[in-house]
Amino acid sequence: MTVKTMREALNEALFQEMRRDPGVIVIGEDVSGGAGGSSGSRDAAGGIFGVTKGLMGEFGDKRVIDTPISESAIIGLANGAALAGMRPVAELMFADFVGVAMDQIYNQMAKFRYMFGGKAKAPIVVRMSMGAGMNAAAQHSQTIYSMLSAVPGLKVVVPSNPADAKGMLAAAIRDDDPVIFLEHKALYSSKGEVPDGEYVAPLHGASLVQSGKDATVVTLGRMVSFAAKAAAKLAGDGITVDLIDLRSTSPIDEEMILESLSLTGRLVVVDESNPVCSIASEIAAIAAEKGFASLRAPVVRVTAPHTPVPFARELERMYVPGPDRIEAAIRKAVKGE
Amino acid sequence: MQQSRTDILKAYRQMRMIRDFEERLHIENRSGEIAGFTHLYAGQEAIAVGICEHLTDRDYISSTHRGHGHCIAKGCDPRLMMHEIYGRADGLCKGRGGSMHIADIDKGMLGANGIVGGGPPIAVGAALVCQARGDGSVAVSFGGGGSSNQGTVFEAMNMAVVLKLPKIFVFELNGYSEHTGEGYGIGSDLVGRTRGFGLPVFEADGFDYFSVHQAMADALEHVRAGKGPCALIAEATRYFGHFEGDPQNYRAKDEVKTLRETQDALLRFRRKVTEAKLIEAAELDAIDAEIAAFIEDCVASARKAPAPGVEIMLSDVYADY
Repeated sequence: MTVKTMREALNEALFQEMRRDPGVIVIGEDVSGGAGGSSGSRDAAGGIFGVTKGLMGEFGDKRVIDTPISESAIIGLANGAALAGMRPVAELMFADFVGVAMDQIYNQMAKFRYMFGGKAKAPIVVRMSMGAGMNAAAQHSQTIYSMLSAVPGLKVVVPSNPADAKGMLAAAIRDDDPVIFLEHKALYSSKGEVPDGEYVAPLHGASLVQSGKDATVVTLGRMVSFAAKAAAKLAGDGITVDLIDLRSTSPIDEEMILESLSLTGRLVVVDESNPVCSIASEIAAIAAEKGFASLRAPVVRVTAPHTPVPFARELERMYVPGPDRIEAAIRKAVKGE
Repeated sequence: MQQSRTDILKAYRQMRMIRDFEERLHIENRSGEIAGFTHLYAGQEAIAVGICEHLTDRDYISSTHRGHGHCIAKGCDPRLMMHEIYGRADGLCKGRGGSMHIADIDKGMLGANGIVGGGPPIAVGAALVCQARGDGSVAVSFGGGGSSNQGTVFEAMNMAVVLKLPKIFVFELNGYSEHTGEGYGIGSDLVGRTRGFGLPVFEADGFDYFSVHQAMADALEHVRAGKGPCALIAEATRYFGHFEGDPQNYRAKDEVKTLRETQDALLRFRRKVTEAKLIEAAELDAIDAEIAAFIEDCVASARKAPAPGVEIMLSDVYADY
C-alpha cells in the first residue's frame, strides 16, 4: 500500500489495464493534449485533470486518441470500436457534456446487447468528472448518476476514495457491459492508501465504512467523507451509525442497505444530486418496499435542492449537502427532532 | 466602409474595455478572489467589436465559454458583469451564472455558454424571430475552432440554410481548441467546409478591427438582402490559457509575446488611426486612462457588493419558484 491521490490511482489503473490488454484504448478531448500546438509537446495536458498523463509516451497515438471537441463522435467512436472488439475508455471532460452525446449513450451503447439479441457486447468505460465544489456553475458541476442509472443496460459507479478508484476502474475496463465511471472532481487530489501492483476491486457492491447502531446512513462519492465527519461529531453525543458507501448506483446493493436497516431501524440517505427521481428517492423506495417492517422513523433524504448548480461560492456552499446538514438530518432521524 | 470619428473612438473604447477587463481578471484570478473557471478573451478584441459595432439591441448574439468580450461588445454593463464574475447578488445574473453564463436578453445577448457548440443552434432560433419581424435584424453566433467540429453546429448551419435565415456564423480561430491545436482538430479547410454547407464565407484578419468591420458589413449586406445565412471567419490568438490557471504546455514560450508585439489589435488600431491622422494619440490615451479608472472602480464595487442568499438559490427555477 502507498498513499496516493485519486488522480494517481486512476492513472495507475489505466497503465495497468493498457499494459495487460492491447485492446484497451483511451479516447477523448486533450487526453494527451498539445497535438498541433506550437510547443510540439504531445502530452501537454494528460486530460484536463491529469488522469491520462503519460499514457501517450508509453502507448502512442494509436491507443491514446486525442479527439476534436465532438462528444457525440467520441462516444460513437467508443461504441463502434467496442462492437468491433476493442475495450475503449472514453473520456467526457465534464459529466455535463453527456448532454451533447446522449443519443450515443442512451439509445445506442445501453441497448446494443439487448436489442441485438444478446449477440453484441459493449465493453466500454465512459469516464466523466462530475460534481460541485469548484464553483464551475450550472453546466460544469452536475452529478448525473441518478439520470443515467435509470437507463437499463448502463452500469454506473462512483468511487469515493483512491483505492476504489484504482480497483473499480480496472474492473470497469474488464467488464463486458458499458460502465459510466464518475469521478468527483473535488476528490482528484484527495489521498488514501492504494494497493501497489495489479489491483482490481469489485465493480459493484456497497462498502460498510463504519458500523453503529442508531441509523443507517447511505451515501456515495464526495458525500462519504462529509457523512463520516458528521458521524464523528455524533459519536461524541453517543449516536453511532452504519455508514454505507454505495460505490455503485446501478446496480444498487439492496442487500447491504436492508440488512443494516434491519439492525438500526432508521435510514438517512445523503446524495449530492438533485432530489427528484434520484438515487436518494430510489433508496427510500427500496426501504419502503422491502424494509418497511424495519423502519422505526421516516426516511430522511439529504440532497441538493431541485435547482441547477449555482455559481457563487456562498450559493454553491448552500447547494451541496455539507457535514452540518448531514449531522442535523441524522439527529432528526434518530431523535425525531 | 467609411466610419466617423465618433464610431472609431467608440470602437477603440470597446476594445480597450475588453482588454482591461480581461487583463484585470487575469490578475484578480491569481489572488484567489474569483471562484470557478474563467476563460479570457484578450487578444481577440477586434473580432467581437468589429462585428458588434454593426449591431443594435434588436440583433441577437450567442456566445461561448470565452464570452466576456462578446458580452461587452454587445452592450452588457461591464460593472454588472464584474459583479457577476465576483458572484454577487447584484451581478448581471444574480451571481448564479458567473463568468461562463453571462447573459442580457434585453441587449440581445443570449448567453455565454459552457457547452462547446451550444450557442449556434440557439442563435438560429433567434434568427427565425428576426426573419419574422422583417426589420433587418440578424442573429450572430460566435464560436471557436473547437465548436466548428460539433455536430450541433453542422445541424445549425444546415437548418439556417434550409430556412434561409438572417444568421451569421462567426468562427474565431485563436489557434487552439482548449489544449489542442486547431490544425489538429479541424480535419479539413474550414472555409471550404463551411461553403459546403451552402454558406458564403467572409474572411477577415482577426487582429484588425477594420478588416473585421468590413467583413461584417459585407456579411450583413448578404443577409439583409434575403439571401440566407453566411459565415465570417477570422484568425487571432488568445493571450491567456484555455482557462485561468492553464499551464499552457502546448504552446511555445514566445508565441504570445511575439504576437503581442507584432499583431496586437489595440496597437494596430492605434497605429492605423493616428498615422492616418483620423485621431490624435492623446484622445486614445485619454480613453485608456478613463477605462483603467473605471475597471478599478468596478473591481472595488464588486468586492463590496452583497453575496447572494438562499432566496437567490431557490428562485427562477420556474416562473413561480
